[in-house]
Amino acid sequence: MTAEIMTAPQHAPALLTGEQAGLVEALGATLTAEQARWASGYFAGLALGLARGGGAGALASPAPAAPRPAARTLAILYGSETGNGAELAKSLAAAATAQGLAPVLTDMADYKPRRLKDEQDLLIVVATHGEGDPPQPAADFFDFVESRKAPPLPDLRYAVLALGDMSYEQFCGAGKRIDARLEALGAQRLRPRVDCDVDFDEPAAEWSVDILALLAAEQAEAAPATPAAAVVPASAGSDAGTGYDKRNPFPATVIEKIRLSGRGSSKETQHVELSLAGSGLSYQPGDALGFVARNDPAAVEALLTALDLPGSAPLTLKGKATTLEEALATSLEVTTATLRFLDHWGALTGTGDVFAAMDSGERAAFLHANHIVDIVRAFPLKGVDPQRFAEGLRPLQPRLYSIASSLAACPDEAHITVAPVRYALHDQPRSGVASGQIADRVEIDSVVPVYIQANPHFRLPPEGRPIIMIGAGTGVAPYRAFLQEREARGGGRAWLFFGERHFRSDFLYQTEWQQWLADGTLTRMDVAFSRDGARKLYVQHRLREQARDVHAWLEEGAHLYVCGDAARLAPDVHAALVALIAEQASVQTEDAEEYLRDLQRDGRYQRDIY
Amino acid sequence: MDLLPPTDRSQDVSQPLDRLSPDETLKAESDQLRGTIALGLLDRITSAVPGNDIKLMKFHGIYQQDDRDVRDERRRQKLEPAFQFMIRVRLPGGICTTERWLKIAELACAHGGETLRMTTRQTFQFHWVLKQDLVPLIRGLHEVLLDTVAACGDDSRGVMATVYPEFPALQAELADLAKAVSDHVIPRTGAYHEIWYGEERVATSGPEEPFYGRTYMPRKFKIGFVIPPNNDIDIYAQDLGYIAIVGEDGRIAGFNVAIGGGMGRTDKAPHTYPRTASVIGFITPDRLYPVTEAVMGVQRDYGNRADRARARFKYTIDDKGLDWIKAAIEDRAGPLDPARPYAFTSNADRYGWTESDDGAHHYTLFVENGRLDRDLLDRIEPIARVHKGHFRLTPNQNLMIAGVAAADRPAIEALLAETGLAALNARSTLRLNAMACVALPTCGLAMADSERYLPSLITRIEAILSRHGLEKEPITLRMTGCPNGCARPYIAEIGLTGRAPGKYNLYLGGGFHGQRLGRLYRENIGEAAILETLDETLGRYAAERQPGEHFGDFTIRAGIVREVTEGRFSND
Repeated sequence: MTAEIMTAPQHAPALLTGEQAGLVEALGATLTAEQARWASGYFAGLALGLARGGGAGALASPAPAAPRPAARTLAILYGSETGNGAELAKSLAAAATAQGLAPVLTDMADYKPRRLKDEQDLLIVVATHGEGDPPQPAADFFDFVESRKAPPLPDLRYAVLALGDMSYEQFCGAGKRIDARLEALGAQRLRPRVDCDVDFDEPAAEWSVDILALLAAEQAEAAPATPAAAVVPASAGSDAGTGYDKRNPFPATVIEKIRLSGRGSSKETQHVELSLAGSGLSYQPGDALGFVARNDPAAVEALLTALDLPGSAPLTLKGKATTLEEALATSLEVTTATLRFLDHWGALTGTGDVFAAMDSGERAAFLHANHIVDIVRAFPLKGVDPQRFAEGLRPLQPRLYSIASSLAACPDEAHITVAPVRYALHDQPRSGVASGQIADRVEIDSVVPVYIQANPHFRLPPEGRPIIMIGAGTGVAPYRAFLQEREARGGGRAWLFFGERHFRSDFLYQTEWQQWLADGTLTRMDVAFSRDGARKLYVQHRLREQARDVHAWLEEGAHLYVCGDAARLAPDVHAALVALIAEQASVQTEDAEEYLRDLQRDGRYQRDIY
Repeated sequence: MDLLPPTDRSQDVSQPLDRLSPDETLKAESDQLRGTIALGLLDRITSAVPGNDIKLMKFHGIYQQDDRDVRDERRRQKLEPAFQFMIRVRLPGGICTTERWLKIAELACAHGGETLRMTTRQTFQFHWVLKQDLVPLIRGLHEVLLDTVAACGDDSRGVMATVYPEFPALQAELADLAKAVSDHVIPRTGAYHEIWYGEERVATSGPEEPFYGRTYMPRKFKIGFVIPPNNDIDIYAQDLGYIAIVGEDGRIAGFNVAIGGGMGRTDKAPHTYPRTASVIGFITPDRLYPVTEAVMGVQRDYGNRADRARARFKYTIDDKGLDWIKAAIEDRAGPLDPARPYAFTSNADRYGWTESDDGAHHYTLFVENGRLDRDLLDRIEPIARVHKGHFRLTPNQNLMIAGVAAADRPAIEALLAETGLAALNARSTLRLNAMACVALPTCGLAMADSERYLPSLITRIEAILSRHGLEKEPITLRMTGCPNGCARPYIAEIGLTGRAPGKYNLYLGGGFHGQRLGRLYRENIGEAAILETLDETLGRYAAERQPGEHFGDFTIRAGIVREVTEGRFSND
């Protein structure tokens, strides 16, 4: 193991003034290894703070440090469905590289799990899907690691950054599973796992800084080196070069809004077209649009009333002075309660015993049946401090919608398809934060903050390859983007399976599919309307009906896409695919599953489910 | 044939298809009305059927329509039009057993948007039927031995027969003849059985359509039977009408033959016009089939197939001359005897109870514009369950509960009272004598509302009548949503035909019992102008009429409109 020793001035002449370089050099000469490790973390944190404060420009494009042999190998693995995990992992890798480490960044979907036994240091960023499941692209990796085939890993050191959503009972379940499993396999945990809620930016950044400081310091000890430059992880979801991202969304003007659901529909699905003109934002078919939502003023009002607090009550949020009403409207999640809120409110009101007495299933059911306002009403607290109350809430998160358009067909536009979530709790109508806003409070000429969220796991294949697209409800949105793209740029055969409730009122984008069928952009289309007949028919039934041809298309190299509901559509479609492959290829179920796993591994079976 | 003077044949069936209208090619290439209908029914991406099949399905009694109220809204929603189908039953003479009534009501509730229409040609129309419901509905009809063959299309349409009950024996005989003639002249193709009943195609030794051939008729062809003095079926509006002549023995001695009636016209197309039928002679009952075939054969062979707007039999007659046509018919069927004298007095229904000389009782129920909604169907159902006679659909879109034995009458009366049906007959004379076609939102031809609008317009006209003391005067009023004339507006005393939403042409001077065409009096006017015009003319009628003089006759005598003597002069 060899290591070059370099000094800061030689490496960062463009970054530091002569005076700064001199100070760094002078400081470096006096530090012990332990002190150097501390300083490394200090500067990384400082850089993060500078970036948050808007001073990231000067630090945005550092000269990468020359790769050099490290004391130990470093692998970064990520499991991501919506792209957040992938973005974080990429930032982590960039930061590690900048600190002189030589990370190998790999998507779990592409990782050969038998290599695990050869890894030395491993950093894992993994999201959770549904109730504690790994993201679909990471399913194979989890299957292997959690199986008996997984080898002992006594030489491995690791750390896990888990992403999740606190409104789920199995919060960060996938991260917890992998963390526990690696420990069970004999690996050594470098740092305690960090579980991030949907507002993951800060805890993720802290974890990054902490773990990289540790590794960089160790490496420096093994082969003393001065960090080339502290690099700030780019925030997740950034779109290179435009300046608009999750933190700094683009104010897009609504240029069209159409209710797609016809009369008599039980739904009110909306088609919304947004102008991206002047934003410099671009996207690919399959990507999602991040929509920075505002809470329903009526919901905010109801909560203020329940709290018996004035909207004008002053509040400090992330160091900024604001009012309670403003914070509740724009910055905090005010509807769905989390376990953390339950604990918090229980502590404030002294009713914690009530919640503590519930088992986890009861708590989940309670959170399902009660929004924050319901809990506040049920367990009121006279004279609650607004600041204390707000501390129990998590930041309001943007919502992601699959983009239903292609820039090739609709330059400077992004279309989305939104079905408002509506239900009643305690006999009062409730709606989804963003979907309700779009349905009820967004009109043509409204301006809404948006950004692009890349979705690298949902991409059209190279031209000429056939595609089979399966979607229900608003899950058909990305296929509209696909076909717009193919109509504009050319492509191969395309087959769409679409399901909804009623033919007459819910056949989303019907006339467009008809047009594409007529001009050959779409080769075939099968539809299932679940509530039109005596028997409930879904897309998986149509798949089974067309088993022979579906299998033939797959054998001919077709790429398979599934988009829509994660709880029912995705597993039902998967089961139908397994069954039809087993039937058509005359193989066992396990072989059919293997066939699909191979497709998945080759990027030919992609899912965008929610 | 040799005896017939030569005639221009440049536009009839003797010409190659490429010289005729595209519809002729379509029919010829349809494989005897099969087209791709069976395949189109399986297409789940659209609720429509492919272009050409739409026309072919008419021959099967099915019209593709869409809900025009939401057409534009759905276009914006990226949804295809709300396609649906209207299905017309073949019900010769409008005779419907109670078993069939119950089945039809059940099918309407299951597949037809819980609504039914009784038409001006004595049959049922289902509306709002979706494509996937077509087969179940038609098979349901088949269960009670009903079909929809040739209820639309270029063929012999439903055959009408008077419902007047004065001569029960004659009337029953006429109804049987209507059924027999209908069965005789409908298409023979196996297409209907294959597509709707799922039967296998069977090989035929000769041509599938011995009479119709590959191209059927040039246009629709309407046949009806009537017994004077009542002209309820509007004999003058039929392509071929048979006017029963009763002999001294009280039996049917034969029929006067009336040809060339028809209502349709096109606005701003002076070569199109409504025409009342011409009586050309008399035949004995045994000649009914050969004469029917001869009349239809002449129209089949000489009718205009190049211009569909001129393809009805009435134009063939006016183009060739009535004498030539009569000669052509006689050339095929032998000479006709001179027409016998006859006289009509009315074309209206008589509401409430009537009694025939066989001791049977009949109750005619007013059904506004023939519109049977769920509520009305539910109220009629208990009667259908106990009634031992049958139902008759009248040509004025009303319902007759026919053949009630004297002993059963109190039970029916009680049900009529109990269900509130009897109260439906307590309407003004004007409303009872009015008709409207379906029009918007389902009919693809409609330019204005008709069935949905006429009831409220009548309410306003009732006020005018009562101001002039005319509320008891029978005046016929008919409205259609387009100039095609399904409700026979051109032979009403007041006729209104749709031009645009809220705008109508107003016709005056029609004969009270359908014997004379009205003349266009005001063009493209809205409600205010309609009411103003009627107020003025009805006011004059009230002040200046002679005893017993009908409003239509008065408008001519008073010089408000000139009399239309023949259809071809009606646009002059």
